[in-house]
Amino acid sequence: MPGQAAELVFDETTKQYAGRPEPAVDRLSLTVPAGEICVLVGPSGGGKTTALKLVNRLISLTSGDIRIDGRSILDHDVTELRRGIGYVIQQVGLFPHMTVEGNIGTVPRLYGRSRTWIRARSQELLDLVGLDASYAQRYPAQLSGGERQRVGLARALAADPPLMLMDEPFGAIDPIVRARLQDEFLRLQQEVRKTVVFVTHDVDEAIKIGDRIAILRRGGRLAQYDTPETILERPADEFVAQFVGADRALKALALRTLEELELRPVADGPRVPATTTLRDALALLVAEHRDAVVVVDGDGNPRGSVTRDDLLR
Amino acid sequence: MTSLVASGPVIPNFGQGSPCELRNGWFCTEWVDAHWGDTLQPALIQHLELAAIAIGIGFVLAFVLALIGYKKRAFDPPIGLAADFFYTIPSLALFQLLVPFTGLTRTTVEIALISYTLLILYRNMLEGLRAVPADALEAARGSGFTDRQTLWRVEVPLALPAIFAGLRIATVSTISIATVAAFVIPQGLGRPIFIALEQDVFKTEILTAGGLAVALALVADGFLVLLQRVLTPWSRLERQA
Repeated sequence: MPGQAAELVFDETTKQYAGRPEPAVDRLSLTVPAGEICVLVGPSGGGKTTALKLVNRLISLTSGDIRIDGRSILDHDVTELRRGIGYVIQQVGLFPHMTVEGNIGTVPRLYGRSRTWIRARSQELLDLVGLDASYAQRYPAQLSGGERQRVGLARALAADPPLMLMDEPFGAIDPIVRARLQDEFLRLQQEVRKTVVFVTHDVDEAIKIGDRIAILRRGGRLAQYDTPETILERPADEFVAQFVGADRALKALALRTLEELELRPVADGPRVPATTTLRDALALLVAEHRDAVVVVDGDGNPRGSVTRDDLLR
Repeated sequence: MTSLVASGPVIPNFGQGSPCELRNGWFCTEWVDAHWGDTLQPALIQHLELAAIAIGIGFVLAFVLALIGYKKRAFDPPIGLAADFFYTIPSLALFQLLVPFTGLTRTTVEIALISYTLLILYRNMLEGLRAVPADALEAARGSGFTDRQTLWRVEVPLALPAIFAGLRIATVSTISIATVAAFVIPQGLGRPIFIALEQDVFKTEILTAGGLAVALALVADGFLVLLQRVLTPWSRLERQA
């Protein structure tokens, strides 16, 4: 079975459907370094999902190439290729007739793993995705939407694939649970360090999740591929600026936390932990009509304060 | 027509039976006790055999046809039409048509019974396969299942509730239709009924044999319900969800 993380390269990758005026993906070239999350984002018709499905050959390439650790996807046997890539989709696609454990064991079974191995592995993965061990024997019909997506993630991770493809995995989940799943996914990624291609149409999600963001425009052309900070601060063109939104300066504040600022002597103000984002701190100041927040450490002791001007600098 | 009615040795009951039998009562226990071993039990076992063979072969045949209709959509209309056609031929007419080729044999009976199971089983199997959720299929393909693995591990198991629904209808209707087999061969629960009809409509025999056919159908149906619960524990949860 696979392991570690792989470097993924799109090389002039093109998909042209017969009878369509413009390609779905047009000469896409970008490199996702091993262990990083690349978010594909863009308006509908931008070819995000098409680009994703080209990687595991659910859609076939028209021209160009895609390489995983230097080896073309076309040089792999197609079923072998797919078994080595974790795949998570919006509708989850859990098998309703299998228990959670059976679902998680899907790919390991294809690799001929024993029942005992699968049992142990599913316990390990349930723990990793934050579900109690007792979930192993439940059926998908007995789970909530958020729980299903956690199991979907566990299933994709089961064979320890070096590459994960995630197609709007949190798109069908309500906003509160979605935010929690995003946080947990980032924590989990700290542990497993997979190479991840993540498709979303939600710019905020892209900024939160991505180590790098690829913005695709209609016709499947790459508009910009950069870190979230760079995209927010220096959008490549008018399209990108518009797509990330007029509030991109505010969004940029969401990428930094109070920990990164120099603190002033403790003043009067609402208390917040150091892990608060600048955006949330600013929102709090606006809501409470105050001029400064007091930053507290893990034990609740004040460490210093930050003024509104500090936040906006 | 009479040539088709299987004629065994007929031993008239009239004039030598119990008071109940002489009255032609609705249910004479003495008669049932006396003829369980020589008439009713063998007829019941033959009936079960006739139906089980027809359902078994019909199931395999319909399954193969449903797979063809599922994988190659173009084949569905002709297969469906043929199954419709067989289903609509009246059973007596179908026996008449078959006798010149296969004679007054069990084969004739089974061909007719099988042809009546096909439509119900085929349609339900196809419906079940087509109702497999698209997201489960995509997950299977994306996880590296071969087509064959997808069929046996995902599509067929998920079609089981619909397959069972068809199997239950086919089983009950085959057990019912199998009484008509007695027109061709002296077997099954239809035989005591025909004999009773010839003997001035002996009510007890008709009622008992008919009742046994009903009971057999109910027991078979109950068995299939239990089997489905064991094989598809998830399907009841799905319905509640």
